[in-house]
Amino acid sequence: MSNPAVTSPAESPRSLVIERVFPHPPEKLWRALTERPLLAQWMMNNDFEPVPGRKFQFRADPMPNWNGIVDCEVIIVEPLQRLSYNWGVGGEGGLQWVVVWTLTPAEGGTHVRMEQSGFGPGQQAAYGGAKYGWQKFFANLERTIGGVE
Amino acid sequence: MTRTNANPVFRALADPTRRAIFEELTRQGEQTVHALTHYAGISQPAVSKHLTVLKRAKLVRHRREGRETHYRAQSDALAPMVDWLNLYGAFWRDRFDRLEALLERMNP
Repeated sequence: MSNPAVTSPAESPRSLVIERVFPHPPEKLWRALTERPLLAQWMMNNDFEPVPGRKFQFRADPMPNWNGIVDCEVIIVEPLQRLSYNWGVGGEGGLQWVVVWTLTPAEGGTHVRMEQSGFGPGQQAAYGGAKYGWQKFFANLERTIGGVE
Repeated sequence: MTRTNANPVFRALADPTRRAIFEELTRQGEQTVHALTHYAGISQPAVSKHLTVLKRAKLVRHRREGRETHYRAQSDALAPMVDWLNLYGAFWRDRFDRLEALLERMNP
């Protein structure tokens, strides 16, 4: 009942995209993405709240090279459409990502798109002085590499 | 889900000034510290400090010519980032499967 997941890191180093159509209405998807007990069932234990600026954690069992904790901060909450949060692993000085969920009504269900990227809109906001967006940065980099080789 | 070898790259590029310096190098090609200082609008010691971090992350290389040190971007240093995204690909596919199973269990 679902399309195979699509990933594209090879084509584009700037982000990872997973998409799937679920045979369920957006309301149901939104609940699964934002209600703590539901989110815990498919993601990880969490203290999530759908409030921009709210800090929260996902907690899994620790494993080698990972303490099991993801430090997050809500960036965007657009009910039934878009949800975004920072995704930090490794604590202070660790790796920072931005995760964006986009829901779109589709025939017979809901199209779900998850994009995980490096320094995104949240980080740019956090570092107000940032001169360049991550995307533009990669676009330029690709152009430069293309020009050299 | 942290691999230490990727950390220097992320840490280096998490700083907006370093990111700007690195981008300037990818865009303009090789630059002297002098030129980069002019571009960044901060002191030369500050620029040198940033370049040291970028160098440690293997994001830039340098060569000396007379009194000037020239820096250039090493774009293949971004490979750890691509590795990371590949790793997360498996993670998210698994979560999508679990989400699908949960949706089946939930009331409409």
